[in-house]
Amino acid sequence: MPATDEAAQAVMDSFPPFFERTDESTRRTRDGLDVLQVNVGRLCNLACRHCHMDAGPNRTEVMSRDTLQACLDVASGRRFETLDVTGGAPEMNPDFEWFVREAVARGLHVIVRSNLVVMLDEPYRHVPEVLAELGATVFASLPHYTAKPVEKQRGAHTFDGVIAMLQKLNALGYGRAEGASEDGLVLNLVFNPSGAFLPPDQDALEKEYRQKLAEDYGIVFDHVFAIANNPLGRFGNLLHKTGNLKRYMGRLVDAFNPDTVPAMMCRSQLSVGWDGVLYDCDFNQAAGLPCKNGLTVAELAADPTLPLQRDIAFGNHCYACTAGAGSS
Amino acid sequence: METYYNPEDLDKFSTMGEEAPELWDLYMAYYGKVFAEGALTAREKAIVALAVAAAVQCPYCIDSYTQSCLEKGVTEEQMTEAIHVANAIRGGAALVHGVQMKNVVKQLEM
Repeated sequence: MPATDEAAQAVMDSFPPFFERTDESTRRTRDGLDVLQVNVGRLCNLACRHCHMDAGPNRTEVMSRDTLQACLDVASGRRFETLDVTGGAPEMNPDFEWFVREAVARGLHVIVRSNLVVMLDEPYRHVPEVLAELGATVFASLPHYTAKPVEKQRGAHTFDGVIAMLQKLNALGYGRAEGASEDGLVLNLVFNPSGAFLPPDQDALEKEYRQKLAEDYGIVFDHVFAIANNPLGRFGNLLHKTGNLKRYMGRLVDAFNPDTVPAMMCRSQLSVGWDGVLYDCDFNQAAGLPCKNGLTVAELAADPTLPLQRDIAFGNHCYACTAGAGSS
Repeated sequence: METYYNPEDLDKFSTMGEEAPELWDLYMAYYGKVFAEGALTAREKAIVALAVAAAVQCPYCIDSYTQSCLEKGVTEEQMTEAIHVANAIRGGAALVHGVQMKNVVKQLEM
């Protein structure tokens, strides 16, 4: 399912191959992997402009119970520490709650990546309490602390909902440590730019968010993560259509920082697509670039002798993870 | 259409070092220091640079420092206010020179 148009892909491929920026030591994953990232479906209540997964309300791809079960078996059987649940809006997978409960019961640290506003809809209103009960870490998208940039990117009337849900999560005990401890209920915010430019310095942004959200809305949180938009999927096509793709790719290539390569997330994680296909990361899912081993999570669950360590599949979209301070 | 200003020319800025490498290197070293974090933050300096770029009407600088401001988390609202500051000073500079006009009038009308 490569969602990026061929013409847009051709522009990306016109830049020097990212592979050449890696060496023997960084072309392979580490021995032990920490994170199993599971994309439980492309279905989402929003259709954000920056979404590299092309997620939205009309998508039908949702991970089956059998595949979720295989993910749990691999996560606990292969000693992953963290199960990183993403989508789409992961809450919209009908087995989401079961999946998170099972993962926590198996001793896994669970991260849920949420747009938050989905939890305002009736079928999902109880989810914040469930996440708090299970001690799941929440990564919430918040592209800005004011309404205009948020709604430009995520759609009308999304900002008030996010603020209300952040306040609810605070009331449940989330974010209270304000980054000083990882013991309590952790609430992290994810910033991504509202267009064809790189994110600001993460520390400066965190300071600004902490001050503004506390002053204006009484909201506390643990950390802000600033992530560069990846020129794939809906965002890649939008860049191409608006004549911004070449310039944006040039910006990513110019800002390449070799120090970020050893820490790229693909080196310490395994990512599972909604249909069980294995990838090195979520961006490779969007690029339609599976793991070189060609395996599914079901195959991995069935055969404990299959190695986790593998050579990584790179593409020029990887420049988005290595620009500036890095985005992994 | 031919034009004196081409966006691609911004990438050729460094060709100004071809005949004068020492001057170019000195300028770039100075430029880098100017925009580093100091008593003013790099973000504040980018806003100043954008306002000056508008005042001197350099399309290359406006392009570069709008992007730089965005990458430092400056909002469009903040950038617009910065341009108004540049405009107020430019306009004020024209207006305050009116005092010279008044001085000349006073001198000549006796």
